[in-house]
Amino acid sequence: MSERLRVAMPKGRIYNKAAELLRAAGLPVPPEGEEGRKLVIPIPEANMEFILAKPVDVPTYVEYGAVDIGIVGKDVLLEEGRDVYELLDLGIARCRMSVIGLPGWQPGIQQRVATKYPNVASQYFREQGQQVEVIKLNGSIELAPLIGLADRIVDMVETGQTLRENGLVEQARIFDITSRLVANRVSYRMKNKEIQTLCDALYQVIGAPAAK
Amino acid sequence: MSKPKNFEKPAGVRDYLPLAVSRLRRIERQVLDCMGRWGYQQIMTPTLEYYDTVGVASSTSDQKLYKLLNNRGQALVLRSEMTAPVARVVSSLLKDEPLPLRLSYHANVFRAISEEAGRDAEFFQTGVELVGEASPEADAEVVALAIASLQAAGVKSFKIAMGHVGFLNGLLQEALPDRREEQEELKGYLLGRDHVGFRDALQKMALPLEQMEGMTGLLRLRGGKEICSQGMELSRHELAQSSLHHLCKVWEVLEDYGVSEHVLIDLTMIGDFTYYTGMTFEGYAADLGFPVCSGGRYDNLLKAFGRPVPATGFSLKTNRILDIAGGAEKEQTALPVLVQYDSARRKEGLAEALRLRAAGHTVITRLVDESVQWDGDLQAVNEDLLQGNTSGRSDGVKYGEIYSFVSSGSLQG
Repeated sequence: MSERLRVAMPKGRIYNKAAELLRAAGLPVPPEGEEGRKLVIPIPEANMEFILAKPVDVPTYVEYGAVDIGIVGKDVLLEEGRDVYELLDLGIARCRMSVIGLPGWQPGIQQRVATKYPNVASQYFREQGQQVEVIKLNGSIELAPLIGLADRIVDMVETGQTLRENGLVEQARIFDITSRLVANRVSYRMKNKEIQTLCDALYQVIGAPAAK
Repeated sequence: MSKPKNFEKPAGVRDYLPLAVSRLRRIERQVLDCMGRWGYQQIMTPTLEYYDTVGVASSTSDQKLYKLLNNRGQALVLRSEMTAPVARVVSSLLKDEPLPLRLSYHANVFRAISEEAGRDAEFFQTGVELVGEASPEADAEVVALAIASLQAAGVKSFKIAMGHVGFLNGLLQEALPDRREEQEELKGYLLGRDHVGFRDALQKMALPLEQMEGMTGLLRLRGGKEICSQGMELSRHELAQSSLHHLCKVWEVLEDYGVSEHVLIDLTMIGDFTYYTGMTFEGYAADLGFPVCSGGRYDNLLKAFGRPVPATGFSLKTNRILDIAGGAEKEQTALPVLVQYDSARRKEGLAEALRLRAAGHTVITRLVDESVQWDGDLQAVNEDLLQGNTSGRSDGVKYGEIYSFVSSGSLQG
């Protein structure tokens, strides 16, 4: 563990929103792509270092202490089930995890659900007392019910635009998703001051969490 | 499942090669010596225990226990930690021993880890139990010994975070009297380290503003001794107050031990509630993402074995320390001495080897290859041996010194 606070940032969808938030909190984080293909961006003036990671890997880096803190969606946290501190709801990249199907869907004898989130999906249907076969896919989940691979899917819904375009309907909402600030168990104690300072600065930007 | 390849091992167990073993043994020896100097005597307990006794009493969650059946169909467990076995011994074999009892152990323990194939299913713990003392003095002794043990193991930079289960219980009982389920829900979030969930759940519970602020303020109660007085302001509940009072006393004793610089108070630090009853603590090393030790007071465990006495203790996660505590390479053991002989002078050679071993040297013996005509250059062969060169005449091991017992002839040196 170095003296610098190491922060894992999720590449892609969330990055620019998270960077904007950090900039508003006074941290000079560059917009995505500005640093070319660099994966490690040092910010010596803030004594920090940003690591650009694939979102699903952020909780893993944090759990193992390869980075001190990270920003990641609640969907990934629930799917990965890593042992990290969930410190702050950043309120960005708001969306929801939902069960989706074709209109007029009726439960068949063999129910199949396609998803990028097999742990989340299995747990949800177990808790509903439903017996389903979960099929893990890595992308274009909406395709599955259209071509008959599965009768339903579990996926993230932001505006519902993709669903409408593909003639699918949202059947049930499983949970709401926002991005979270997470911390390693050891860093949370060893770098207490730095992490608390960052948390406080972020509170200021997103509004006190107690009043939210 | 396909048949394993012949070099495969079950997931989660590992082999320890000489370098790792010498490090592990050094840590084990230094830590147990340290514990011994504090008056803790080492005990050993069996690897197998009954599921219904030690298995059920242990703090390990049921799905992480390795369970097996013996030939009579009784359910057994591979021990998952040492506190419950020690409690069993204290309540049976040592039941007439006067208290307090100070016991130490170094043992391999087993946890079934399903989701993480890379994690250890078998690892080492080195720890102590102090049985029969409920005082702040005893808790402080255990924390101070944890610090001394980490230092003895060669861990340089570390912190101990100390909390108290009673404070949180008191705070919750005051804020949510008779609302058991909601208390449990909030504890669950803290145990899962989910501060976002904790705050969201509090929002829904519609508490008076002051209590609400008190509860969210809990998440910031981390620091030095001042945290005790800050905590006092958060809750007037008797249990919370007495818990903080106890913690404050522990801190004062640690100050007198001269180790409080390593300790911080963290009132969100809570171990398993069903197990710990008082002060709890965890140790963190600067270069490691996981805690290196954990411990606390567990006054209810021994009751389960029929000897209701208070107890406190801790264990070091020795495998993790293995990764960070340097020194074994530097402490490099002396090179072995080679004694070589031919069959005619074997007796002489072996006697010399015995003499050298008795004097504390590491000695390897070998019969020189008598079928080969050495060109009279034993000197060159020895040179190779001293350098550790791999040649036809050397075995690739580097020796510190060579003693030759070879009859006159071609092999002269």
